[in-house]
Amino acid sequence: MRRAPSNKASLAGIVVLALCGTVLAEPQVELQSDCPPGFELTGNNACELRTLYQNYDSLHEAGVGGPRTGLPEARDGFSPQQIDLGRYLFFDPLLSGDDSLSCASCHHPDLGFADGRPRSIGIGGAEVARAAPSLWNVAFLRRFFWDARAGSLEEQMQGPLYADDEMGTTPAQLLADIGDNEHYRRLFRDAYPGSEGPPTLDQIYTAIAAFQASLISLNSRYDQYAHGYHDALTDREKAGMNVFRSFVARCAECHTPPLFTNQQLAVIGVREPDGRAFDPGAGATTDNPGLRGGFKVPGLRNIARTAPYMHSGTFATLREAAEFYTLGRGHALPVAEQDRVTVHWHIWEPDLGAEELDRLVDFLGALTDESFKPQVPSQMPSGLLPIGKLPEALAPHLGQTN
Amino acid sequence: MGKKLGLIVAAIALLIIGAIGGMKYAGDNRATVVGDTSRYSAGASSSGALTGSVGGSGSGTVHEVRDGDSIQAAVAKAESGDVIKVFPGTYHETVYIDKDDIVLSGVIVDDVWPVMEGDKKLNDAVLYSGNGITVENLQIQHYKGNAIMGQAGNNFLIRNNNIVDTGVYGIFPEFGTNGLITHNVLSGIEDAAIYVGMCDYIHVTHNEVFNNVAGIEIENSRHSIVENNYAHDNTGGILVFITPGLPIKTTYDTIVRNNFIVNNNTPNFGIPGSTVAGIPAGTGILNMAGDRTTIEGNIITGNQVIGILITDHMNAPNVTLDPDADPNSDEIAILDNMMWNNGFNTIPEITALKTLELVDGDVQILNIGSSTNSCILDHDKYVTVGLRDFGTCGFATTADVKSYLLDEPAERREIAAEDMGKRAYYGICAGCHAYNIKMIGPPTQTIQALYMDDPQGIVDYITNPTKKRDDYPEMPPQNYLSEDVRMAAAEFMLQVRK
Repeated sequence: MRRAPSNKASLAGIVVLALCGTVLAEPQVELQSDCPPGFELTGNNACELRTLYQNYDSLHEAGVGGPRTGLPEARDGFSPQQIDLGRYLFFDPLLSGDDSLSCASCHHPDLGFADGRPRSIGIGGAEVARAAPSLWNVAFLRRFFWDARAGSLEEQMQGPLYADDEMGTTPAQLLADIGDNEHYRRLFRDAYPGSEGPPTLDQIYTAIAAFQASLISLNSRYDQYAHGYHDALTDREKAGMNVFRSFVARCAECHTPPLFTNQQLAVIGVREPDGRAFDPGAGATTDNPGLRGGFKVPGLRNIARTAPYMHSGTFATLREAAEFYTLGRGHALPVAEQDRVTVHWHIWEPDLGAEELDRLVDFLGALTDESFKPQVPSQMPSGLLPIGKLPEALAPHLGQTN
Repeated sequence: MGKKLGLIVAAIALLIIGAIGGMKYAGDNRATVVGDTSRYSAGASSSGALTGSVGGSGSGTVHEVRDGDSIQAAVAKAESGDVIKVFPGTYHETVYIDKDDIVLSGVIVDDVWPVMEGDKKLNDAVLYSGNGITVENLQIQHYKGNAIMGQAGNNFLIRNNNIVDTGVYGIFPEFGTNGLITHNVLSGIEDAAIYVGMCDYIHVTHNEVFNNVAGIEIENSRHSIVENNYAHDNTGGILVFITPGLPIKTTYDTIVRNNFIVNNNTPNFGIPGSTVAGIPAGTGILNMAGDRTTIEGNIITGNQVIGILITDHMNAPNVTLDPDADPNSDEIAILDNMMWNNGFNTIPEITALKTLELVDGDVQILNIGSSTNSCILDHDKYVTVGLRDFGTCGFATTADVKSYLLDEPAERREIAAEDMGKRAYYGICAGCHAYNIKMIGPPTQTIQALYMDDPQGIVDYITNPTKKRDDYPEMPPQNYLSEDVRMAAAEFMLQVRK
């Protein structure tokens, strides 16, 4: 049920104060009729992905291989209006229970669509169990959450939306918040022509998924190399690439190009930070004891933008994260877990030197491409301040803390 | 070693408990005729030629590399079609080939070979990702990772290499379609000497593999023939696996025929945690979850634990089950093989299984776990355990299938200029240029008005841009795109209408 109106009213008051009444004029929001970059608008008003990777095949369409391998099938075909509606929803704090957080509070475009924190913070200010993963290239993923428990973007987003300690709304409140807003009612009619009645949950999920699936990063310097321009990488980055794909470091065995993930679950045995309890990961969400401590292999594109690393932010830097893999199989497992955790076979003792680790970090930096970064809307249909509470990493720079 | 062996021992012990606990062995199924020639003939090459569609063309320039030179420097200069001839000498480097159609060929002079020497410091000797790569006539030794590793390169040809102690694998093509591995000699490898991982249409023939943990391994691959190899003195001779947890989940249509698989009793020195670290020392052929494997005409002798072992994932050590990978070895066909003197010093668990089935003599062939639609040609010929469900094969030979290699190379497809232009325009240019609104760069409409029928003008500009407009930032050069792609993008840009 909808929370007490007083809750929202007081927050709106704060926003008014913060803005000194400058932008709370009637929002002038219209949806884009063009596709975002990376997509062609086709005949039936559908945005279809276009990339040079479509020049290549992929064994069994698995989207894993080498530099010139095709991608897995993408979620595309959404309309420009749906994608743009999703952009407004994504940045609108109206979607949280107390209007304080938007999706972007933990998936901020200036922080690689993550939040720069070891573990994210929800509406009550309390820390949740795991880190916010980047959303770049989620269009290609088949499983979501660190423990892979969701099978679609639509299913995934209901986790944080309705978790008490994350965005803390409810389906009823979400429908009321959106449905009570005349601008949203108009925008939903534009995005779903022919649909009668107030916005539905499925329409909300579809729009947000459409926006998330538009976050494409495939134009890094690495990609230039992959497409055949070998001067795109420095000698150090090339050396790092060869360490990365060597069968000594074995990074590419799980972080397989072109997305730098094979989308499997892997038990690698990272210690939890700060004395936190062991996280069983996929061992708790599947009936497979072999996956105790297992997490989804994350893609590495824009990885230099998303420190700290691992599912709960154990490592502050890429160098530390890379070094983990050379410190020995199971070295960081708690004693109590050593006999009941099956560490992935690719975790071994590659004996990488300090220089090799440095080169790996150099190479990972060449996977950065934010050329299709979407714009944060300047005003929200809700009249709230876009994004809401900013990740700490950004708040000081923008002089905005809420 | 003791601990690793213990893993498979423990796994088999579980099976015994299951059997005693009521898992019944079905009655003898020999009267059922199982399978016919259609089982293995689908996907067979029509020509049967082994070298017609693999390897570099050798049609271009020859680059000579001599002792003291860098092989990689020659690769950097080479273009598709070129040949890099490596003369005798010692080369301490990792060579990577991210180009198509390159021949890397050693030149052997008076018995002196070109040597790639890793000094146990370098990771891999040769990494390739291009299509149509040949690697031949090299002595490769003392690397940490692999001698020759392919990542997604199709139509590869790897032959006549002498590979010694190169770490985890010797020859390891991954994600490749259509490849021939022939006449290589490999020893001292900690995992599989020849490891075909997640590939299709592969032929492995006339190789000698010895003193490795595994001789030849076909993993998560389809349409492979392993024939005429000499696998001796490894821990395990020839393996056909589905390894769970990989992104491509199947292995089927593997023919293992006419190999010598002899005395594979070398103590297991596999890396802890690796799948092969659980292989008992003394295993001839091991099929784990691979489907439609046909075993024919091999000479399998002197392997102390077992000649042929068929298992599912549940009974295998070091394996985490994967719900997307079928754990059973189905449609196995064991045709006529010359088997002698295997299983003479086996592990206690096989002895226990033998007792359970009231079998005397050394066990040559063992199946553990469910295996449907499997068969053996002659039930009476060998001492077997766990084969009562196997029918009698309805075919006696695979001889009419010469190879699964493709008649034409894989992925030599032509890309229409319009598609190329469209992918470049939307995939790259659209980051800064929209049709009729100002973004980081000027609108496409403005560019169209400027260049009209002059795509070459666009190509020239984007190759080496200069600052033209005060109200826009200078454009970064697009010279990383090939000339063809730049032209296709320019032509598309001039005709796009929305």
